[in-house]
Amino acid sequence: MSLMSFAPALPEIFMLAMVSLILVITAAVDDNRRSIVYVLSLLTLAGAAFLTLLDLSAVPVLALGGLFVDDLLGDVLKLFLYLTTAVVLVYSRDYLKLRGLYKGEFFVLALFALLGMMVMVSASHFLTLYLGLELLSLSLYAMVALQRDSAVATEAAMKYFVLGALASGMLLYGMSMVYGVTGSLALADIAQNLADGTDLRIPLVFGIVFIVAGLAFKLGAVPFHMWVPDVYHGAPTAMTLFIGSAPKIAAFAFVLRILGQGLESQVAEWRDMLVILAVLSMAVGNFAAIAQSNLKRMFAYSTISHMGFMLLGILAGTQNGYGSAMFYVLVYALMSLGGFGMILLLSRAGFEADQLDDFRGLNRRSPWLAFVMLLLMFSMAGIPPTVGFYAKLSVLQSVIEIGYVWLAVAAVVFSLVGAFYYLRIVKLMYFDEPHDTTSVVSSPDARLLMSANGLAVLALGILPQPLMAVCVHAVGTSL
Amino acid sequence: MSDHILSLVVWVPIVAGVLVLATGSDRNAPLARWLALAGSLLGLIVALPLATGFDTSTSAMQFVEKAPWIPTFNVFYHLGVDGISMPLVLLNSFTTVLVVIAGWQVIQDRVAQYMAAFLIMSGLINGAFTALDGILFYVFFEGMLIPLYLIVGVWGGPNRVYAAFKFFLYTLAGSLLMLVSFVYLYYQSGGSFDIQTWHKTTLGMTAQTLMFLAFLLAFGVKVPMWPVHTWLPDAHVEAPTGGSVVLAAITLKVGAYGFLRFILPIVPDASHELAWLVIALSLIAVAYIGLVALVQADMKKLIAYSSIAHMGFVTLGFFLFNPLGWEGGLVQMISHGFVSAALFLCIGVMYDRLHSRQIKDYGGLVNRMPVFAAFFMLFAMANAGLPATSGFVGEFMVIMAAVEVNFWYAFVAATTLIFGAAYTLWMYKRVVFGTVTNPHVEHLSDINARETLLMAVLAACVLGMGLYPKPFTDVMHVSVVDLLAHVGQSKLP
Repeated sequence: MSLMSFAPALPEIFMLAMVSLILVITAAVDDNRRSIVYVLSLLTLAGAAFLTLLDLSAVPVLALGGLFVDDLLGDVLKLFLYLTTAVVLVYSRDYLKLRGLYKGEFFVLALFALLGMMVMVSASHFLTLYLGLELLSLSLYAMVALQRDSAVATEAAMKYFVLGALASGMLLYGMSMVYGVTGSLALADIAQNLADGTDLRIPLVFGIVFIVAGLAFKLGAVPFHMWVPDVYHGAPTAMTLFIGSAPKIAAFAFVLRILGQGLESQVAEWRDMLVILAVLSMAVGNFAAIAQSNLKRMFAYSTISHMGFMLLGILAGTQNGYGSAMFYVLVYALMSLGGFGMILLLSRAGFEADQLDDFRGLNRRSPWLAFVMLLLMFSMAGIPPTVGFYAKLSVLQSVIEIGYVWLAVAAVVFSLVGAFYYLRIVKLMYFDEPHDTTSVVSSPDARLLMSANGLAVLALGILPQPLMAVCVHAVGTSL
Repeated sequence: MSDHILSLVVWVPIVAGVLVLATGSDRNAPLARWLALAGSLLGLIVALPLATGFDTSTSAMQFVEKAPWIPTFNVFYHLGVDGISMPLVLLNSFTTVLVVIAGWQVIQDRVAQYMAAFLIMSGLINGAFTALDGILFYVFFEGMLIPLYLIVGVWGGPNRVYAAFKFFLYTLAGSLLMLVSFVYLYYQSGGSFDIQTWHKTTLGMTAQTLMFLAFLLAFGVKVPMWPVHTWLPDAHVEAPTGGSVVLAAITLKVGAYGFLRFILPIVPDASHELAWLVIALSLIAVAYIGLVALVQADMKKLIAYSSIAHMGFVTLGFFLFNPLGWEGGLVQMISHGFVSAALFLCIGVMYDRLHSRQIKDYGGLVNRMPVFAAFFMLFAMANAGLPATSGFVGEFMVIMAAVEVNFWYAFVAATTLIFGAAYTLWMYKRVVFGTVTNPHVEHLSDINARETLLMAVLAACVLGMGLYPKPFTDVMHVSVVDLLAHVGQSKLP
């Protein structure tokens, strides 16, 4: 194997090298010079983005003996992963500093998780998919537990770990059955084998059931969602921000690679499962979110419902559907960054700003941040002219295309339920008077980024075409 | 410039609103007010060429603009007006100016946000009236909920939160089902969101019936029709004066406009089939809601119920399927825009002085506010449908049209002339005449120059339209006749 055959994986290799370097540097610098690690992490992300852009692939290139594929879908998703991670780092810096969590471990774990996600989005083989997933998961478990003296965080990490391990087990079990039926772990071979037809229907269907259950665990779709509220609530907000954004993009890619590429011909088998998961997620997520008084928990349930919506796009099983699901997940990541980022921005030393009441009267304290939050909330509710509307529109369109009009009707009914709790945040910010009138102090870079984040929701809402075209094109050239 | 009149009509108020918002805190309130006034006047001025350059001899869309917007979904930035939408655009741009002036002194808190919300909403409403692409329409249609939600919730009365939520969720519920219909139409029409293409798309009866019901819910909530009207009295009572004016004069018309632009031409067979349903609901609105209005103790609530009854006339007229009924309905829409705006402004004038909307707190107003009482009299008469006011023209045309179709429709509809007169004039009597019972009324001052200006302009509109409605019907006539011919043709495959 020549050195050149590693070229498609250059961003991953660069990332691995840099993380290792940062790990060494972290051990060497003391707490006062921690900013070196911060800057270096951002530079690493920029470097990886540069390498990815340098080698945008118009046609999929299989590499490393079929374990790894370099295609446009992977490249685009990776670029968004870098961006999301960078935003997470900027938003959480002050928060971490004030809580004594501004340590090298955070950066190393975040970048390792990112590396895992990069492997996931570019995997073309069950083995690499699983390796990437585990690298991501193990990093996230450790991140949640990073605040060692917090009982809730430790409990959240424990739950996350146990349930995550269970899900991985299910996934592996399902993969092994599919291997038994097709005799291969490579997605392309599996797709080929299944397209030719197989007599082993029962083991195959069992395998698909286990795989879908495992995927549903990772996505946090009902009824495999139990870990989501506890982990989102228990983890320090900076970790929640990370868990709630980038890994969703990777999970989308993961689902798409397995179901859309490997098990493409079995769409009739997995579609009905996803329909049930999607409807339950939208129902439970939206109704349970209404009852929450903690914002992080509310967003956790809202995530569940958003994942249900995203599944609508995937279950269509068409290029259009995959494109719309991709658009949905990218838009969701953008909104989720803004939502959790706002909690970080409003928190101070010893004050978490994660109760709904903490947003009371925000329009009096900071009209601009209140306006940004308003945009984010209306976008999550799917009200035009924000981008959340087009995300919902595009997935609705893909389910109506396959003739599931009733599913679209169910989806809009649940999104009406969802609108209620997003409106409640707007109500708290605009209609109510503040309890606490301290002005909001936050670092200028985080504030600037937050403004950009909110305006992006609006700008993409007025001109959604570029992002939509990227998604459709990426899916079209890669599948 | 002349090619982009409609874009200007939509975007000038929105840009002005953003500029007003940028003036920031209440320290700059005077600047925000003047900027808002300039923006709303500019918005009206750019809309005037629509009236002067309008060709009344064609039903085709005029001032059309079309550019690709979201090619992935085949969505276009497609604007245009015909005889049905053009008067509504003007009405909206005109009302915005009134609203800005009406809120001049009353609003002292978060002035910039208040003015900006109205300007942005005005632009969005113009967008809804002029959009010829389904998704573009939907974006404007839903987008206008955001500023209105804030207007009711931030500057409203004591129960504003309840009213704002109810209003928002009711409207959203209807429009989401409409969105599903839009996407369904997209596939039925071979991948187009163009409204005029949808007018030609053939559809089976089941699909038409389901879509009819979805559209009816979407626009029926907005109109509002009995029994989904309950959000309106709540929203009106809690909204600030400007909010009530815009709600009554404009946003209700968006619902009625939806009937002509979407329901009737897109699902004509279902519309004929289910006309009895709409006619029944409309007659209930006219007769029953008229009785409900009679017993209201709160003036705003009374006018809110009266709005529902008057809008019942509009929907009734549309489902009689004859030109007189349609034109009557359209005239009634415009007239109700003037009259309800004027009445809410009158109530606003009283509320600003006494901070009460209860009828029992007033009495003998004419002794202290003679000029105001005279204006109020005129608008009350117009609301009751007195000949020579605009309120008479539309109602008379619809009743005439109803007689042609079925005597009993006309009979029930005509009860409004009794109920309308009863509830309006009885309220007027209790508020304005009699002896002064409330000591506070003793100290009231008559309307100032700003308020007189508002009243005089609206009085001119009400009388002008009542005495000489021909310019309005001329503008509509060709569009109405052609659309009616289109609706007469079956679209069954």
